[in-house]
Amino acid sequence: MQQFAALLRKDNQPVRYLVVDDSVFARKNIIKMIEMFGGEVAGEAGDGLTAIAEFNRTKPDIVLMDITMPQMEGIEAVERIVRQHGDARIVMVSSVGYQENILAALQKGAKHFVQKPVKPEVLYEILRYVLSDDPNATGAPVAFAGEHRA
Amino acid sequence: MRMELIQPFINAADAVFAESLQAPTKILDLSMDENTYRRKGVAALIAIKGDIEGRVILDLSPEVAMKVASHLAGSKVPESDQVVRETVCELANMVIGNSVTLLNDQGFRFKVFPPEIHMNEEGLAGSADTESMVIAIETPCGQAYLNISMHYLRRRRNERNAASVMD
Repeated sequence: MQQFAALLRKDNQPVRYLVVDDSVFARKNIIKMIEMFGGEVAGEAGDGLTAIAEFNRTKPDIVLMDITMPQMEGIEAVERIVRQHGDARIVMVSSVGYQENILAALQKGAKHFVQKPVKPEVLYEILRYVLSDDPNATGAPVAFAGEHRA
Repeated sequence: MRMELIQPFINAADAVFAESLQAPTKILDLSMDENTYRRKGVAALIAIKGDIEGRVILDLSPEVAMKVASHLAGSKVPESDQVVRETVCELANMVIGNSVTLLNDQGFRFKVFPPEIHMNEEGLAGSADTESMVIAIETPCGQAYLNISMHYLRRRRNERNAASVMD
């Protein structure tokens, strides 16, 4: 199994993630990676509406958001979360990665996009990048650059 | 059936299994099927409607699905129908999502419907006017099957128009 240097907040606490996907299976897979990165799961949601409620309740550092979900899709949830919390950091995680979807998500305020199946090393680099812009995050991701190994 | 419509699904299935299981996979067999599809295990059927239309079935035995689920979870997962369903569904979503991305970027527009899971013993009907292609994929967890029936809607419209002129 790959090993990764922990991604930490500035206060040296684990980065807290909200994982949003209608598939329990997909959430488990993402959570396994979060644990590999030394993170902590602040909450889980299976649709966009629950994601908004969970965001307000848990105030996570990062949201990992699926696109195609029942009740409210991920892109609409991004728009609503970012409207209320301009500093929200949301990374889209979807198997559907065509240009229109990616652009729509970025225009609504998502910070990045990763296509399923998610490779841990790809997600790790994206999280490092997104956290590097986070005032709550440490410089640790930069300091640890190149340290993860297979 | 046009190979350019089938190839993205084969490539996507190969890539999804190889990347999910972090091991090489192999296409074992490709064959044409004109009959109602008889599933081999738990099947996820996803319908596509738009510029191209048809359906894709991903079919895994429960044992293979459990092995895949355990591999992805990093430890042995207790066996249950729900885990099997979830696994097959998510794999099908990833295969379709990746292939749809390729086709969409080529300019095709269509709607993808949520997967229907079939676990009972009945056959799965194919399209009345098209044959399907069955692909067997060897993975480290066992064999998976992809059954694809896909055609251009534009072509069907032309054929219908031509038929109505002849009537």
